[in-house]
Amino acid sequence: MSHEAALHNHEGQGHDDHGHHEHHDTFLTKYVFSQDHKMIAKQFLITGMVWAVLGGLMSVLFRLQLGYPDASFPWLESILGKWAKGGQITPEAYYALVTTHGTVLVFFVLTAGLSGTFANFLIPLQIGARDMASPFLNMLSYWFFFTASIVMLSSLFVETGPFSGGWTAYPPLSALHDASPGSKSGMDLWIIAMALFVVSSLLGGLNYIATILNMRTKGMSMTRLPLTIWALFFTAVLGVLSFPVLLSGMILLIFDRNFGTSFYLSDIYVNGVGALSNEGGSAILFQHLFWFLGHPEVYIILLPAMGMVSEIMSVNSRKPIFGYMAMLGSLFAIAILAFLVWAHHMFVTGLNPFLGSVFVLLTLLIAVPSAIKVFNWLTTLWRGNIRFTPGMLFAIGFVSLFISGGLTGIWLGNAALDIYLHDSYFVVAHFHIVMGVASMFGMFAGVYHWFPKMYGRYLNNSLGYIHFWITIAGAYMIFWPMHYQGLAGMPRRYFDFSIWESFKQFAELNRFISTVAMIVFAVQILFLINFFYSIFKGRKVTVLNPWESNTLEWTTPIRPGHGNWPGEIPEVHRWPYDYGKDGHDFIPQDVPVGADETDTH
Amino acid sequence: MSLYLSVAIIVLIFVVIFQIAKASEYVSILKGEEASRQQNNKINGFLMVAFLVLGFVGIYVCNKAYYGKTQMAQGAASIQGQKVDEMLFVTLIITGIVFVITQVLLFWFAYKYQEDKNRKVFFFAHSTKLELIWTAIPAIALTVLVVFGLRNWFFFTGEPPKNAMVVEVTGKQFGWIFRYSGKDAIFGKKYYKNIDPATNSVGIIWDDKYAQDDILTEQTMYVVKGTPVKLIIGSRDVIHDVGLTHFRLKMDAVPGIPTTMWFTPIYTTKEMREKTGNPNFAYEISCDQMCGNGHYSMKGVIEVVDQEEYDLWMAKQKPQYFTAFPEKDPSAVPVAKADSTTKATTAKM
Repeated sequence: MSHEAALHNHEGQGHDDHGHHEHHDTFLTKYVFSQDHKMIAKQFLITGMVWAVLGGLMSVLFRLQLGYPDASFPWLESILGKWAKGGQITPEAYYALVTTHGTVLVFFVLTAGLSGTFANFLIPLQIGARDMASPFLNMLSYWFFFTASIVMLSSLFVETGPFSGGWTAYPPLSALHDASPGSKSGMDLWIIAMALFVVSSLLGGLNYIATILNMRTKGMSMTRLPLTIWALFFTAVLGVLSFPVLLSGMILLIFDRNFGTSFYLSDIYVNGVGALSNEGGSAILFQHLFWFLGHPEVYIILLPAMGMVSEIMSVNSRKPIFGYMAMLGSLFAIAILAFLVWAHHMFVTGLNPFLGSVFVLLTLLIAVPSAIKVFNWLTTLWRGNIRFTPGMLFAIGFVSLFISGGLTGIWLGNAALDIYLHDSYFVVAHFHIVMGVASMFGMFAGVYHWFPKMYGRYLNNSLGYIHFWITIAGAYMIFWPMHYQGLAGMPRRYFDFSIWESFKQFAELNRFISTVAMIVFAVQILFLINFFYSIFKGRKVTVLNPWESNTLEWTTPIRPGHGNWPGEIPEVHRWPYDYGKDGHDFIPQDVPVGADETDTH
Repeated sequence: MSLYLSVAIIVLIFVVIFQIAKASEYVSILKGEEASRQQNNKINGFLMVAFLVLGFVGIYVCNKAYYGKTQMAQGAASIQGQKVDEMLFVTLIITGIVFVITQVLLFWFAYKYQEDKNRKVFFFAHSTKLELIWTAIPAIALTVLVVFGLRNWFFFTGEPPKNAMVVEVTGKQFGWIFRYSGKDAIFGKKYYKNIDPATNSVGIIWDDKYAQDDILTEQTMYVVKGTPVKLIIGSRDVIHDVGLTHFRLKMDAVPGIPTTMWFTPIYTTKEMREKTGNPNFAYEISCDQMCGNGHYSMKGVIEVVDQEEYDLWMAKQKPQYFTAFPEKDPSAVPVAKADSTTKATTAKM
């Protein structure tokens, strides 16, 4: 077959065709300060995985407190020292863990780890480019992220503890050194880490946009792009437009904290300190700035997962994605609406009720493009020929979770219900399912699907299946019952519920959730073992196109070098979803349109 | 010791699973890619349906075990709360139907259309008609929810009835302060620099003539059954949130920016104790906005009583002015000396 032939051909040509930047790679330039988008993607992925383990471990620790509020674990004291005196996590430590868990998972894992990995890896490969528009900025993007990681990590070791005011960092709590021990130098480090992170994400985002717009190969018109690329494109646009707003909010916060300004502060009397001189600021201003990023951030996390799921689902159903243009339109609609709904996080801040009603309308409007996406995915499966690769399983799991978590969004987006459910466990359940676990599933789907391209080896299938089934069952067992806790009004971010007559009835359920959380965490470790074992010892990929997929990344050699294609970059002649057309199982994008072919979509 | 043991057991389980997985990979290589893929498809296809069925069983079990512990089972304790509950059920029905249909289709399709050599895939790239249908139906359903929701929203956030009693709520790390306006029904002005934790916890300006009959209480607030209550909410330090689970409402307490919320309680605390069968029942105010290390313990209580009991309680309350200036308390006059000092201070003021 032509592909096999092409493979041998390329190998025969050897390295000369890498063109202008074939040079002697040292360890440092190949693995550390690499400018190859594929290596940078792996750096993002592995750093993200390190954070995912740390963040997950933190959740296990605070779930331990919630599940067993009265028990004492001496080994905790030996790990955490004064943060777990007598084997019990202190409230300070609990809040620090919750805060760091949130920050790290949202920004470091599901933003950097997800878009950082797959935008870097897939954009050049799927649009037919040799690398990013600016490989150097791309490298800087990773190293800013790395520096942010180091600063965030170091904040865990500050004597007064890391920041503990919740990942949303609302002032005045986050602005006043004396309001909480976590608001001392831990908070300064937190802000610096976030600022560095914003720089990283801007450098990355600008690069992704420039690459997608300018560096597509011949024939790759915008409507022939795989949906993955469209999703990553909108993600990058969202990031570039919203992260600067967060940065400005953070800078004002630094001023309020350290230089005596009053952007967010007014009329404050701190216990043990007295009345502060700040007057005229607005604590709510920060929330507007924060959520102007914070809401698009949800879609920055979700869209790449949606894009990858669309692609993986189509490939493994052996059927075109249903409604390519509708998928594209709904991505676009979601991206626009993402900027117009931020105040639905603020219904109970005393927001003007009329303004609130506008945000209700716009928020619930998002359900329409979301519904289109769900029904299109379902129709993609319908009358397909489904291969259950682990990637496909996670893609199906993503859709299930997206439905479950998305529907509760309709509850919370309606201000009259939010006024009851706001900041309860209902919210915890909602955003963990729809944003946390669902995007994690998108990420897993991506890793299982593109691992053969990344490392030239397969992940172990059986471990993949175990990983999927326990994770999806566990995720539902953890978060489904939390809806009930939310309907009992149980507030989030509580260290202990035993003093509350209204909320203490869930002690047994909390124990159950904590136990399941530990099992699910253990299974993720199994995935890590699979991942690192398979990099070195996994079954070798022997064919160019193991999933029989249409997109361009599978036309590169099994282990592509810097520059991706040893010879010419292939020319594109069709959209990427010609599966099952005219009796052909699949027709890759670089195959010219035959004379007798029926018209495409 | 038990820790090391459990770690050892976990590691052992990992090793076993890992070895089995590795062995199964060798087996699948021996069998050939095609055959092992078919087998995997069969197993996972079956698991898809099994997951769907077990999932619905799980939902049933969960509902049976925990519905009774939610507020829904108890019923709302305010007219606002009843509207919230009503809306919750309507939303539950609409989203519930969508949930069941989509999840069943998803897992059923996954099972039904698992790979089969003889099936010819249906090349179905788009259909404007179908896409219009599932744009229009959600849009209509959402319009219903939005209209319903906004009517309630404007009722909740609108002006309370004229006969509403007004209570000022102030959050602080980590407790609640309540202020009643006293006989003149007007709150005295306040300024945060006047705060003195011992005698003037909200910073009342004593010079204001309306201030001197203001009553302060901590932790417990009294309101009357059937009378609308308007809360004027503020905070002394960081953002807190007045969470009224049983009344189904909450509102942030923001330093420097007062917020308001109103509700009409329909059961007294006593009635609620009988209704729930819990002798310890209390209308707890929970802080619902992260406010520091004591956040989880920032509890207040609302006592809902009838008018008679409220009047009795109110009669016992002493204006805060007399706590701040005990010498001016008319009930403490008997000593002649005290009388003269009062005059002196008043003259100075």
